[in-house]
Parts: sequence; structure tokens; C-alpha cells
Amino acid sequence: MHPTDFTLAGALAALEEGAISSVELTQAHLDGIAKLNPRLNAYITVTAEKALAQAAESDARRKRGEARALEGIPLAIKDLFCTAGTETTAGSRILKGFVPPYESTVSQKLLDDGAVFLGKANLDEFAMGSSNTTSAAGPVENPWSRANDPDTRLVPGGSSGGSAAAVAARMALGATATDTGGSIRQPAAFCGIAGIKPTYGRCSRFGIVAFASSLDQAGPVARTVEDCALLLTSMAGFDPKDSTSADIAVPNFAAACRRGVKGLRIGVPKEYRLDGLAPEIGALWDQGLAWLREQGAETVEISLPHTKYALPTYYIVAPAEASSNLARYDGVRFGSRVTEPGSDLRDLYERTRAAGFGAEVKRRIMIGTYVLSAGYYDAYYLKAQKIRALIRRDFEEAFKQVDAIVTPATPSAAFGMDEKQDDPVTMYLNDVFTVTANLAGLPGLAVPAGLDGQGLPLGLQVIGKAFDEESVFAVGHAIERAANFTAAPGLRAGA
Amino acid sequence: MSLDSATVRRIASLARIRLEDDELSRMQAEINGILGWIEQLQAVDTEGVEPMAGGSPVGQVQARLRPDAVTDGDRAEQVLANAPDRMGAWFGVPKVVE
Repeated sequence: MHPTDFTLAGALAALEEGAISSVELTQAHLDGIAKLNPRLNAYITVTAEKALAQAAESDARRKRGEARALEGIPLAIKDLFCTAGTETTAGSRILKGFVPPYESTVSQKLLDDGAVFLGKANLDEFAMGSSNTTSAAGPVENPWSRANDPDTRLVPGGSSGGSAAAVAARMALGATATDTGGSIRQPAAFCGIAGIKPTYGRCSRFGIVAFASSLDQAGPVARTVEDCALLLTSMAGFDPKDSTSADIAVPNFAAACRRGVKGLRIGVPKEYRLDGLAPEIGALWDQGLAWLREQGAETVEISLPHTKYALPTYYIVAPAEASSNLARYDGVRFGSRVTEPGSDLRDLYERTRAAGFGAEVKRRIMIGTYVLSAGYYDAYYLKAQKIRALIRRDFEEAFKQVDAIVTPATPSAAFGMDEKQDDPVTMYLNDVFTVTANLAGLPGLAVPAGLDGQGLPLGLQVIGKAFDEESVFAVGHAIERAANFTAAPGLRAGA
Repeated sequence: MSLDSATVRRIASLARIRLEDDELSRMQAEINGILGWIEQLQAVDTEGVEPMAGGSPVGQVQARLRPDAVTDGDRAEQVLANAPDRMGAWFGVPKVVE
């Protein structure tokens, strides 16, 4: 077995048995990155030397009997997490050359548990996108391709496309990611891996470049549900540096995976059976529900009546918060600066931001500025916040009857890098099944459940009650076990 | 409703993003496309609904108070380390006051 084919849990066991060292494991992943990254572009920055030094230290620690929860495990870190001493760009020209003097809380927790960082994963600029084609570092390619059309290069999804592509292609055992409207779950589904956006407040946002603060949450992507559980257990927890992080004990999520689903009531929202839903997606959804019934769960039709308003609501709330958060990029304190001879301060701001932001980011700042501007605030922003409350209430009502909700993760499999690029709204529809969990603050997990007719992975989504990731992991693990998803992409390390 | 080009220019100015003439019409069309799609929200009855501010699921997390005390500081070098135009212990900007 090639070292990059280990699951994270499997690698931990092999390290513990002494079957492999962290240096060997890390080197195998770095070799895979050297071979595949020139094409896939999943990493913006590779910190090979640092990674090998961390791995050597980790091996020494294990020898002394001081191994921690993720001792020696090589991971990718989305380039939205500030990493002390390592450039952090958010996929934007405006942060080119920015070297954070501090570490994000989530990445620090992973370091404290012994993880090894291979480098910084590519993403859509400021995490805004569903295809990872808006990064200033160039697009990321999905390691999967269509069986009957292998030359068409596919998107990995976004915004955590680099994280998902790196994990799918065996260029990391797991990765950090963030999810504001689907940015963990959609790329996980497109790349045939698992990923969870936990409850809002479960992970600290400190040191994560902010996009929309009431929606952003960090979470892991990995090749199995259990691996996600191991990573989330390490990443989660209260942080005094983020007043919205929850002071609630972090359970052992990996143990929850093995609970089973016997006696659980699984909600099936009728509003998610969209007109024109691809038959393959509908069939996979039905199959997933049948698997859960076979394992002793009961499936119940539920109604989430405001579902169809979730995406337009999101496209008011998220740009509004983004326009405020991104006001800090002014060309004065950090990041790039653009001036002309004779520029005054205002001209400095305007030229810096025009040159530093890409088209999608500018569009969202403009929308956000407009919906917050005098005379329009009530009609747009306040209205959206009220509809957001109705969407949350829909879930509260549903969760009086059910323990978890199962839906498709995405409305399609991965699409071509040249497709869906002409109209912003068409691109936004990718998040139709995922965005509701962000608006309501609930946990959502994507789990690979099958392949479409062209051999591309398709995922299902499990949505849970607030701070009940344990049930989400139990249901996700049950689907994973029944699906027995063993397919792997053509482009991968060790292949 | 549809935004005219003067309004789009005003928004760009509020957002401090320089918009070249050749970018204006494309930006205007895209923003109007998005706003047209968002317009469907006006059909939702929100009478008497409390707006949801913040992202926390209801009833689970209370906002915390902390002592009003300095917990950090004396990091001028780190704060200035990424400045595009550092002048000694200050951030350099074009002349603001004549």
C-alpha cells in the first residue's frame, strides 16, 4: 500500500505501530504534490522544509511516548487561515505577500495536536465562488474526469476547491476548509470526499480571513466521515478571541460515528425535490434513504417552506457583510498598494481596491454596499434578516419531528472549467441545497454516496440540530458504510 | 427595479473601487441581473417577524461579556511588518492635510 492511500485514522494506527514514520508519510505526500500540483494547482504555497522538520520532531515525540491526537499527520491548510510566518493570500492579489504575525485558533489547535502542515490550499478569492476559478493564484482542477470525455478539465467546486482536490488526489490526509454558503460541502461532493460545516460557533473564527461573519464556519474535509470527525474534534472549541464561538464541550466525534442509526427519524424535505432535479441525483437520494431504513432508521417527509428564498436571502446577507469586512483592504496597513503620481488618499484606496480585487469580489462588494446604503437598508437587508429568521424557524419546526435531515449535497456533479462562467446567478445555484444550513447556523455534512453515469462522484448531505454534530456523524457514517464508496480519481499520488 | 449607470458609479465610489468606463456597463448588467433575481423576496410575508442578526442558532449561545481590560499590546513591529509604505513607526500615506 502506498503511504498516501492511508486514511487519516489508518495512518495514525500505522504511525502508532511503527509501520511508517511521519517523515516517510510527509515525504510521500510532498512527492505527490511535486508531481501533481503543477497540473491541479491545489496548493498556492508548499512549505516542504517546515513540514519535514515538523514531521521529524513529531517522530521524536512519538518515540518518547508523547504522541498527541494527530501526531505526525500531514494536512493542507486553506489559504484563508492565517499561519504565522507563512504567506496567507485568501486567493487575492490584494493580500499578495501578506505574512501573518499570528496563527489562527483552528490551525493552532491542529498544531497543538501534532499535525504537520504541508502548505496552503488554493481557494476562490476571499472564499467567494463555487468553482475555484476566481483565485488570483489561478484555477484548481478536479482530479476526477468524465469516463467518456477525459480531456474536459473539471472544477473541484468552491470555495475550498484546493482543500478538496488535494485530499481527493492524495496530496494530503485531510485539510481545513471554510463554509459560508456551501464552500466545504459542495467541493467535497464534487471531489468524492467527506466534509462537515459544523454548527455556527463550534469553531473559532479568529485568524480566518473574514467573508460574511454571521455565516462563516471552519470545518474539515477528509476521505472518510471518521477522518472528518477526528479533525473536527481537534479544531473545535471555545475561544475567548471569538465572541461568537460557543462555550460548549466538544464531544468525541469519532466515537459518535459508530453509534448507528437504529431508531433515528430522518427528515426528507419535500421542497428539496426541485423541478428539473437530475434523475441520477434523485435516485441517489432515494438510495441513501433506503440504506438508512435498512439500518433501522425511519424516514419522514418534512416541509421547509421557505427553502426557495434561501439563496436570494444569502445573496443579500453575505455581500452586505462582505462589503463591511473587506473595507479593511485599504492599501495602508497591509497587502498591496497601487498609486499614480499625484494620487491623494482616496485615489490610493480606489486604485488599490480596483487592482487588488477580482471581478466576483468587486461584484459582491458593490451589491453589499448598495443593499446597506441609505434608503435601501430596510427593503433589502432588513427584509433578508427577517426571511433568514423564517428559514431558521422552518428548521426548528422540522427538528421537533426528526433527528437529522438528509438531502442531496449538490444539484449536479462537477462541471467543466469553462461552463457556468457567464452568468453569476447560474453559478450561485450550486449552493441551493447547502446554503440553508448556513443561514440557520446548523451543521451539515457531505458524504460521497455514488457515481453518476460518467463516473463522477455524487454526495449526499446530512443536516443536524444545532450542536448535534454527533447525530450528523452517525447518519453520515451509516450512509458511507452502505455506499461502500471505493472509487478514486484518475489523478492521484501513488497511482 | 434597475440601477442606472450613475447609481452604479455612486455605489463604486461609496465602496472605494475605481471603475473604468469600459467596466461600467458590464458591472451594471451583472448587478441588475442579481438584484432582479433577489426581487422575489419582496413576495414573502414578513409581517411581525423579528430579524435574525448574527449566526448563532436560537437559544444555544449567549453573547459573553469580558472584563474591560487590556489583554494585548506592545506589538508595534508586528503590526507594521506588512505595511506597504512604512515610515519609521508609522504607516505612510499621501499628504492628507495641506
